[in-house]
Amino acid sequence: MPRVLLIEDDPSVREGVELGLRRRGHVVRTAATGEAGLAALREFRPDLLLLDLMLPGMNGVQVCRRVREDSQLPIIMLTARGDDFDVVIGLEAGADDYIVKPARTEVIEARIRAVLRRMETPGSGRPAVEFHGDLAVDRAGLTIAKSGERLALAPSEMRLLLHLTTAPEQVFSRQQLLEHVWEHSYHGDSRLVDACVRRLRNKIEDNPSSPRYIQTLRGFGYRFGPL
Amino acid sequence: MNAAPTRRVRRIATFGLRTRLVLAFLLVAAVSAGTTAALTYREARSAVLVSAQDTAVASFREQVQTLAPSLPVDPETLRELLFVLASKAKPHPWIVFAEYGSLRVSSSTRPTSSVITPELRRTALTTSHGSFQRVVKNGVPYLTIGVPVLTRTSGVGTLPTGLVLFAVMQMSEEQANVDALVTAARDGALPGLAIALVPALIAARSVLRPVRELRRAARSMGSGRLDERIKVSGSDELADLARTFNESAGQLEKSVDELQQAEARARRFASDVSHELRTPLAGMLAVTEVLDEDADGLDPDTARAVRLISAETGKLAVLVEDLMEISRFDARAAELNTDEVDVAETIGKTLLHRRWEDRVSTELPDGIRARLDPRRFDIVVANLVGNALRHGSEPVTVRLRTRTAADGASLLVVEVADSGPGIRPDVLPHIFDRFYKADAARTRSAGSGLGLAITQENVRLHGGTVHAENGPDGGAVFVIEIPLGGPTGYERDNGRNASGTDEATAGVDPSRDDTERAPA
Repeated sequence: MPRVLLIEDDPSVREGVELGLRRRGHVVRTAATGEAGLAALREFRPDLLLLDLMLPGMNGVQVCRRVREDSQLPIIMLTARGDDFDVVIGLEAGADDYIVKPARTEVIEARIRAVLRRMETPGSGRPAVEFHGDLAVDRAGLTIAKSGERLALAPSEMRLLLHLTTAPEQVFSRQQLLEHVWEHSYHGDSRLVDACVRRLRNKIEDNPSSPRYIQTLRGFGYRFGPL
Repeated sequence: MNAAPTRRVRRIATFGLRTRLVLAFLLVAAVSAGTTAALTYREARSAVLVSAQDTAVASFREQVQTLAPSLPVDPETLRELLFVLASKAKPHPWIVFAEYGSLRVSSSTRPTSSVITPELRRTALTTSHGSFQRVVKNGVPYLTIGVPVLTRTSGVGTLPTGLVLFAVMQMSEEQANVDALVTAARDGALPGLAIALVPALIAARSVLRPVRELRRAARSMGSGRLDERIKVSGSDELADLARTFNESAGQLEKSVDELQQAEARARRFASDVSHELRTPLAGMLAVTEVLDEDADGLDPDTARAVRLISAETGKLAVLVEDLMEISRFDARAAELNTDEVDVAETIGKTLLHRRWEDRVSTELPDGIRARLDPRRFDIVVANLVGNALRHGSEPVTVRLRTRTAADGASLLVVEVADSGPGIRPDVLPHIFDRFYKADAARTRSAGSGLGLAITQENVRLHGGTVHAENGPDGGAVFVIEIPLGGPTGYERDNGRNASGTDEATAGVDPSRDDTERAPA
């Protein structure tokens, strides 16, 4: 079962979420501060990080940036709705998804599963490696290389790129992408898509301000190419 | 009968203050100029006429008295005498006529004058000093003087001889002088009136400027700028008015400030309370499943208590979340994250995800796209449909259409109708109030009591309206109208043009890629 590191300063939330997830079979380690969480990261080696945004001392966004410096660990932010600004900053910093507190354990677990599942979806019946311009997409090995150089993509970025490249030149609306890539069954927050596209462009485009691979179709959504 | 003056007064009152002031000024100037001119004219005229006439009368009388003793009543001699008299005319030439019984002699070719009136003849005979009369004939003014010739007899004194001499003198020169006076008076009064216009306008301006200032300030205050003040200059009544206005404005501003502060405190308190409740709730909600699952293994009473806690925790979480949402609307902190969506598909998903598709019939035409915040629109539809299912009766129908508003904007119209008893007329105005309970006896419904209030706020955030009514066949109908292009002038939405003008030109435009914008 997945190993989850929960960084949350409030004891009741920490304990409640830990209890709920543990009941569902997750292996949970908790930390009350960002610093303690980063320390636990190295030793606990979690499959996923559940990160409260409002932390004393080092805040969630800073923790998120620090983790992203050398790791593509799936990160889900815990946030209160209304902390909209923090959500955007957190998404920019590299978080894959976010959950609004208070949330039932089943909701939290569903998001955890969705984020983790996107790492386990190999393409079937396709060539092992596809080439799109300078990009080499290896669906089986889940690696993306640009001009022969391997790119470090966060889980949501990887999943988004794989989804868009399955049907080059097809337009996907943000809501469609939220459903397929993030598995949000309800009407999701389109900023998740926008932030992820921004991060992805910064990694794969030659010039992120005039994108070639991931293009915006104003009023409709995004598509891959045409190159 | 007296309706006419009233109407006239009313008509005057409809003129502007400036017009009335100027008219009053001109009236005063005209009256004073007219009066002055009239008085001056009268005095000057009589001065001119009297001096000429006195000279003429005195001179004629003196001539007559000097020459009279040598009077034989012989026409030839008399005629010569008349010529002598005529040659001594003063100040203007005159013609002399003599009348004695039936004898008529004159210094001119005609023996008698038509200018001499019978009245003068009569008084000239009886008055020893003679008399005079001003006569205007054919527009020419004449002075006629009649002097009787007297004989001096010892003992008795003087006796009229019956001979009367008349002098007829044209007064044209005097008339010309008087006419010149009239012209001068008129020429003086008219420029005077014109000059009076200048102080009139200045006075009107000095009155009107503070009045205009007052009006501007009052209007500005009416539109909510309570810090508006007028510059007070001088110490006249208008300055007093301005000062009073400023004081009232200050007090009004203070009261409104206090009210706003009180309201802000109340709202902040509600927001703070919700915030504080949310953290413990987050912990509690995460463990409700543990309670539910293990309740079966407990003794019945404990199990009931545990399930109660679990169920109420869930409701409490919804309530607190709704309170937080309302607080954000109150603090104007609610953000709209719009996206271009297919409305029929969006509504369909809302129904599908809540497993309502079997209980709700829909009329959702394809192809209607709108700029919406999908999450908020989902809440709006879910609240209305949930409300219809809970308080109305099935079948519940959701209809989607578009219409063009009076100002030409395209509106998205969503109707949610149920088949229940409808909404009582006394409840209808309060249906969107917070925590409003249509039935006082009903303690608590499944909802938080904030659902419709949140719906209304969400629709407003989209620049739209929502209202409730009773359908023609009974049953409540809720109608939402939202601009298809999103709220105009709304700038959030990841920097996209929210007015929807770019929809027509949808296409790849990598050079203007808004998704690259920084989130700040």
